[in-house]
Amino acid sequence: MQVSKRVAITGNEAVAEAMRQINPDVVAAYPITPQTEIVQFFADFVSDGKVDTEFVTVESEHSAMSATVGASAAGARAMTATSSQGLALMWEVLYIASGLRLPIVAPVVNRALSAPINIHCDHSDTMGARDSGWIQIYSEDAQEAYDNLIQAVRIAEHPDVLLPTMVTMDGFIVSHGMGNAKLLNDDVVKKFVGEYEPEHYLLDVENPITVGALDFSDWYFEHRRQLADAHTKVKDVVLQVAKEFKEISGREYNLFDAYRLDDAEVAIVVINSAAGTAKTVVDELREKGLKVGLLKIRLFRPFPHKEIAEALSGKKAVAVLDRADSLSLMGGPLYIDLRAAMYDSPGPRVKMVNYIYGLGGRDINMEQIAGVYDDLMEIAKTGEITQPVTYLGVRE
Amino acid sequence: MSAVEKGWKDVPIGGLILEAGSAKKYETGDWRTHKPVWDKEKCSNCMICWIYCPDASILIKDGEMSGIDYKHCKGCGICAHECPRKCIEMVLDTGENGEAGAGE
Repeated sequence: MQVSKRVAITGNEAVAEAMRQINPDVVAAYPITPQTEIVQFFADFVSDGKVDTEFVTVESEHSAMSATVGASAAGARAMTATSSQGLALMWEVLYIASGLRLPIVAPVVNRALSAPINIHCDHSDTMGARDSGWIQIYSEDAQEAYDNLIQAVRIAEHPDVLLPTMVTMDGFIVSHGMGNAKLLNDDVVKKFVGEYEPEHYLLDVENPITVGALDFSDWYFEHRRQLADAHTKVKDVVLQVAKEFKEISGREYNLFDAYRLDDAEVAIVVINSAAGTAKTVVDELREKGLKVGLLKIRLFRPFPHKEIAEALSGKKAVAVLDRADSLSLMGGPLYIDLRAAMYDSPGPRVKMVNYIYGLGGRDINMEQIAGVYDDLMEIAKTGEITQPVTYLGVRE
Repeated sequence: MSAVEKGWKDVPIGGLILEAGSAKKYETGDWRTHKPVWDKEKCSNCMICWIYCPDASILIKDGEMSGIDYKHCKGCGICAHECPRKCIEMVLDTGENGEAGAGE
């Protein structure tokens, strides 16, 4: 195993370090809180000659994603980074990146969408982009954000995949919170990500191609079908890349993280930083002899529904914690997906409830999560669900 | 469309086109509702229609206009509008390619 160094680092610093080590050909980005520092640190690396990157300062996120698409189509390893309104402004170009099968990698620092205007964390930005054809990988802390970003390059560029990939972490909680992380040596990352060698690219003047041609009712459907097929390949590539990453880092990654889940009778499903808080609650309740567990989503798009359903089958009650609302009146986006996944799970139907929490950066604490486990144990006992969707931590 | 017998596994990903000049294979003539009908007798071969045609559908042979490429003509009517001698008329297309003019 390679030597790595342990540092005190914020999520933004860790992600910027990963980008420096990846040393992409092109970065086009626009600053937005709480992502700003990533771009700021990276601009320093460019100015100081620490990367070979062509850094394109653009006038908006729409232009940032457009320039990244252009660079990627030209044959470059291209990256950008954003948050919230910035991701919203990239929207139409997100679909172009995936439709053109460009393996762009972008860290996204989760922040609430306006209105009301708010700069703090929730997942409404990336959840809104869940159908855009991008791979979405979520990160609990700075370590995971760093590790996931490095792995994302290999996942996105894999010949079976060729899909843009966003790696998320929670705004401020992780992006600005100082944490403990182990960083890999530069040469190790350089070797791991390797050179990007696209099969077809615009700057290949010997083999001219057309990118973005008109595609009417005669072929559009077939190209969208290809996109769906590419997503079926992602799961195996994610696992293969994780296996190789373990060899250089010693750190283990999967499609999701099952924490004390095997023998648990009730479980919480959660994404990103709240999983850290919830694991501490699991440990405390386990000490009291309660059979509680947790499932933390890592790969959200494509959704590893079969594996998740298997992991949760046989549980007496499951609570899904959503840091975004779908406004469908059926709960948050993660809950809706989970319920669909569990429809075909073997055995008796698992009782499921949803808690929408933390919108606009509202804290979620250990007492609240312990309260969710209390509710689950009551549901497990009685078999009754009195309230399928609860807004957790809102003032009534 | 000529290639619909192929499926989604048979074509380049992302809508990429891997060869030059492939627009020729994309026959846009069936987009047309009205078609230009050329009166060879009135034509002076000034080539103004050839200059204006956005789809390169005015056919030329030995320096003279020889007809209209109905496989690609979208029926925009620019040729009829620009013709100084009014020898191109737009008529409702009945779907029978090549019945007017000396084109394909």
